[in-house]
Amino acid sequence: MQKRETWSSRTGFILAAVGSAIGLGNIWRFPYMAYDNGGGAFLIPYIIAMLTVGIPFMIMEFGLGHKFRGSAPRIFSSISRRWEWLGWFQMLVAFVISTYYVVVVGWAICYFIFSFTQAWGTSPSDFFFKDYLHLTGSPLDMGGFNWPILGATALAWVVSFIAVFSGVRGGVERLNKVFMPLLFLLVLAFIGRTLMLPGAAEGLQWLFRPDFSAIMNHQVWADAYGQIFYSLSIGFSIMLAYSSYLPKKSDINNNATMTVFINCGFSMLGGLMIFGVLGYMAVQKGVAVSEVVSSGVGLAFITLPTAINLMPMPVFFGVLFFLALTVAGMSSHVSLTEAVVSTIVDKLAMSRKGAASVVCGLGFLVSIAFTMGGGLLLLDIVDHFINNFGVLSCGLLEIIMISWFCKLDELQGHANATSEFSVGAIWQFCLRFVAPIMMTYMVVMNFYTDLNKNYGDYPDAAIMSFGWAILGVCLVLAFVVSSKEMAFAGHTGVNGNFLRRR
Amino acid sequence: MTTGAVIMMVIGLGITWGGASLCIRKAINSQK
Repeated sequence: MQKRETWSSRTGFILAAVGSAIGLGNIWRFPYMAYDNGGGAFLIPYIIAMLTVGIPFMIMEFGLGHKFRGSAPRIFSSISRRWEWLGWFQMLVAFVISTYYVVVVGWAICYFIFSFTQAWGTSPSDFFFKDYLHLTGSPLDMGGFNWPILGATALAWVVSFIAVFSGVRGGVERLNKVFMPLLFLLVLAFIGRTLMLPGAAEGLQWLFRPDFSAIMNHQVWADAYGQIFYSLSIGFSIMLAYSSYLPKKSDINNNATMTVFINCGFSMLGGLMIFGVLGYMAVQKGVAVSEVVSSGVGLAFITLPTAINLMPMPVFFGVLFFLALTVAGMSSHVSLTEAVVSTIVDKLAMSRKGAASVVCGLGFLVSIAFTMGGGLLLLDIVDHFINNFGVLSCGLLEIIMISWFCKLDELQGHANATSEFSVGAIWQFCLRFVAPIMMTYMVVMNFYTDLNKNYGDYPDAAIMSFGWAILGVCLVLAFVVSSKEMAFAGHTGVNGNFLRRR
Repeated sequence: MTTGAVIMMVIGLGITWGGASLCIRKAINSQK
């Protein structure tokens, strides 16, 4: 058996884990979530969610990866053959996400280039949908090839390929050692200049003014737990793979806590960055901040370019913002790719180079669909279903399996043995009760909402084929690959004594 | 900005970055 690679340093591992957790969502999702859910008051459920689910879940994943040293399917298979499918489901979900996430990184690369000349002109909305995406009217109408997007997507895949192909130390760690300091530098420079602009304080006022009545709303709590869960790369094989490369005598608890704090701290910086700009934009247009606020793709590729047009140094702001977006997205994409590649290496005993070539080649072919005229609509549907059902179900099942069917005391003992501080009964309580209850609530509400009404009013055929069907295919494939004939040879059940009852 | 907004901003930044710096300090101390 090949000796498992390890990170060369603790800093390298932390930067890689932080690079995975910090992604596009920290910049374009968190600020809007906070604004829309009580402003400053949202921070109360958010911080409670961070302490009761974010940190405990991260410690659990780091502990599992470190203890069992393998990719998700291998870890679950080694505990019980019956659970191997969950690891494969997690890996397939990560693969699907990697195929469309990379396209958004491709857009960010293109916009980074556009920002030197503000190529989006005076109407960023028309430019984005018509001139850039050539958006069709339906996800069922794929439209033609879009060469600039295809090229940028290929470039992003090449970067991930080189990082993963070069190994954990030589590729993933080295890339994050450059990308993470660069990202913080870009964001801090952006914030430093933005906060000096007129209206920036007004924007922050809209973000942080507390509406404490929001705390009584259960949906606000669900959104806070959802924001924490989605932003940490937990529950779908990434952190298991990353922590499996930790050397034997590595801290678990402090590393996990540090990763979560830095990720959430970066989200706060993202809020300062976005709402500083929105405040300035609102003042320039003579409207309220509430009239210019947005999130997601619209915020990054329409609202921000509109704001940049109004700014005193448009090239400076444009280059900084889109480079930061590219770097944040790229480091997350590398982690998605690594999670898939490590599984292939574990399962087929394939060389890392071979597995990276197969995964990135196949991933690029699938990504082509998202670069075409109907790509944005396709991406919107797939992202909705994969996140709201795939990622969430993966995380829920993992936490139920580990906290209720396995010896949590043993995992706690393992994590505490090498860590700089210990966790105990409260950690177990959060894993056994708080996280499953909140996540079950989210899964049930998501099913209730989506079964009552088509997401985004898309046609049934689109919802069925790009939403439910993709989830179904992932699930069926997970069961097929983990069937008795194809299960992990030599690993199945070797850690069976970790199960509470055999 | 109102006092309430400033307080919430300080709480948010303080807990996240304060927590991160505590963890980093603990890691540095344990390496010594």
